[in-house]
Amino acid sequence: MTQPIIFDNQWERLGKHPLETEYDIVKIRQLIRQHAKSLTMGIVDQTRITTAVSELLRNMYNYAGGGEVIVDTGIVENHKALIITFIDHGPGIADLGLAMSDGYTSGMGMGYGLPGAKRLVDHFEIQSTINEGTIVRVMKWK
Amino acid sequence: MNTEMHDKRIPIIKIKDFLIVSIQVDMHDKLAIALQSQILDAIGKTGAKGVLIDISVLEMVDSFIGRMLSGMASMASIMDAAVVIVGMQPAVAITLVELGLEMPGVDTALNMEKGIDMLEKRLREQKLEL
Repeated sequence: MTQPIIFDNQWERLGKHPLETEYDIVKIRQLIRQHAKSLTMGIVDQTRITTAVSELLRNMYNYAGGGEVIVDTGIVENHKALIITFIDHGPGIADLGLAMSDGYTSGMGMGYGLPGAKRLVDHFEIQSTINEGTIVRVMKWK
Repeated sequence: MNTEMHDKRIPIIKIKDFLIVSIQVDMHDKLAIALQSQILDAIGKTGAKGVLIDISVLEMVDSFIGRMLSGMASMASIMDAAVVIVGMQPAVAITLVELGLEMPGVDTALNMEKGIDMLEKRLREQKLEL
């Protein structure tokens, strides 16, 4: 069973950003790097989260035509985490298992970039409903 | 819309047999695609035997940019030119591997000088074979 994606009221909201054009991909991923820097993450972790976000933004742009990105920070499992939630109202993903299977190297997956993004973060969750949309949440901590 | 972002173009410099491209901006997708055809055009016009792409200031290479670079390397090789990616930051290299992105056909060098050495060596070997 999937649990609904919640926003803990202890979290601090850092921003809410619409993804409407391709240029927003660059803008938002640069913002995320700034937030990661502010949380004193190292250069490798900054790069990991920025890259993961770039992959997820492109998915959202290509498959759902855009959406919204919500950035929070808060304590998760005793870590000060950067929490990024991607919400779109696109077609949804019919086969999450297939979408999460590795596609870059094998050419077998759907090439959503989801499994790659998952490897770069500390927490990854996804929910998708056909004809309603998809929510992806990632977290990164030090 | 941010017009500044639209107008950015990445210059391509020709030195002897090589083209030198230094990517100094965080590329959006259209810019990356434009750069790819710009470089292939330049190979066609100049007959350059090698392309050095400096990405030392790039803070991130995602799957799109990675695929653009490896796609360009295969297209360039069909046009008899080799592509060397120069100066990738360690954090970018780590992230690319973890992302699971392979870049077949893409040669890399630590810096521009080593990249030029690499291409010159390749050219000498090609001449010897002829």
